Amino acid sequence: MSGLHSIPVRVESDPGPHTEHGNAVPILHEIRHALGRLIESDAETRIDLNAIPFGPGDEERLVGLLGMGEVSASVEALGPTRVQETAVPGVWLVDYRNAEGERLALHLEVAAIPGILRTQREDLDTAIAELDARLQSGQAAPRLES
Amino acid sequence: MTVTDKTLGERLREHGISRRGFMKFCAATASMMALPPSMIPAIAAALEKARRPSVIWLSFQECTGCTESLTRSHSPTVEDLILSVISLDYHHTLQAAAGEAAEAAREQAMQENHGEYLLIVDGSLPGPDSNPGYSTIAGVSNYAMLMEAVEGAAAVVAVGTCAAFGGLPEASPNPTGAVSVMDLVKDKPVINVSGCPPVPMVITGVLAHYLTFGRLPELDQYHRPLAFFGQSIHDRCYRRPFYDKGLFAETFDDEGAKAGWCLYRLGCKGPSTYNACATMRWNSGTSWPIESGHPCLGCSEPRFWDAGSFYAPLSVPTDASGETLLAAGAVGAAIGGAVATLARRKVKTEAASRQPVTVEELEQKL
Repeated sequence: MSGLHSIPVRVESDPGPHTEHGNAVPILHEIRHALGRLIESDAETRIDLNAIPFGPGDEERLVGLLGMGEVSASVEALGPTRVQETAVPGVWLVDYRNAEGERLALHLEVAAIPGILRTQREDLDTAIAELDARLQSGQAAPRLES
Repeated sequence: MTVTDKTLGERLREHGISRRGFMKFCAATASMMALPPSMIPAIAAALEKARRPSVIWLSFQECTGCTESLTRSHSPTVEDLILSVISLDYHHTLQAAAGEAAEAAREQAMQENHGEYLLIVDGSLPGPDSNPGYSTIAGVSNYAMLMEAVEGAAAVVAVGTCAAFGGLPEASPNPTGAVSVMDLVKDKPVINVSGCPPVPMVITGVLAHYLTFGRLPELDQYHRPLAFFGQSIHDRCYRRPFYDKGLFAETFDDEGAKAGWCLYRLGCKGPSTYNACATMRWNSGTSWPIESGHPCLGCSEPRFWDAGSFYAPLSVPTDASGETLLAAGAVGAAIGGAVATLARRKVKTEAASRQPVTVEELEQKL
């Protein structure tokens, strides 16, 4: 709707030396407490990074400090959602985007598996009917000659 | 079953949206409403059963900046908002109908949803004792149209500083006798979403809150939702650590400005301003005024147009020495509260001493 991407932007000056705003490290401490709860009682935690008053570079520093883990996944539902495990096991970055690629929310999930990757119970309720429909259409379709 | 009778869950399923998609919608909604992610299951349960409320949007003495802001909302987009979240039955700028057909749509929506529709107003309006000719729609004065629409509304949302507090039309010398919605509506809940314009996600967040929970959110002393206006710009500012260290930009191009230091001495009104800019940001979350290097104007506060120069620093308490300012990290809240009180006093002084400028005086200056 906004068409912001159609506006050409050109940086004409050097942005200067990187400024440290110090807002990334406190989040790491919050993650540490959340990991403790996950290990002790399986309690999962989500942190909405959009609600944190990050300055320029803070998000990049946090992501850099967490590093990149073994698993990455993409979910196509109401636009793409990128899921990335960090180098810290059990700590995931979940980046929700709309169909235009604009960010809706950025969550840090401390869990064994992020919620959006699990098959949802409500979808599971329709699974057998869906499979039956596919079986029926498969039986009705003519077999291909080998 | 009419379109409005269907629940949001039913509507989303009709559009082929999976449960994962729905949960993603709920995660974005929680973020938009400034609620913690732990509320997502409760939001999902409520949204599953929520029905689209009828919304009537009236525009009075305004510049359409608030509607422009609304159309920049990216979660939900204005298309999603109108097609899935609310039933926008009347809005001058966004509706296709015009003239008598538009007014007929408003009257029909008011009749069919009497007692249940949400009334949104942007712009201030000439008060009951003012000349109604300053602002009319279809020959009806703003005052008469507002009071007629309020009668059957469940609640009123005043969008923008003009509707919430009078804004620019109400600034001294207030030639049209402009008043705010809150000045006139006393028997219905009024929620103020101030800002010039308001952050788009705050407008949609308030609507989403009403849709989700069927009631208005908790409000502050100025009837603003605490979830968005509960903390000052100063307290949520990423430059706050520089304030605490006593590091200030003195001009717009000095080394402090380039290093991103605090803009307090360049007139930043962050300590006396309550809004969600620091976290919600603007332009799809790209940036916000302070991140772009400009002091906060305080546009979500009452009478900000009459508060003196945008570039004059807020007064500091007379006993706040340099050492006190340097130690502001420890007593930041106290200093901020005192500064806010002084700022409110300054607004009153400026407004009382301001004189109207004549055309002749303007031409002389030019």
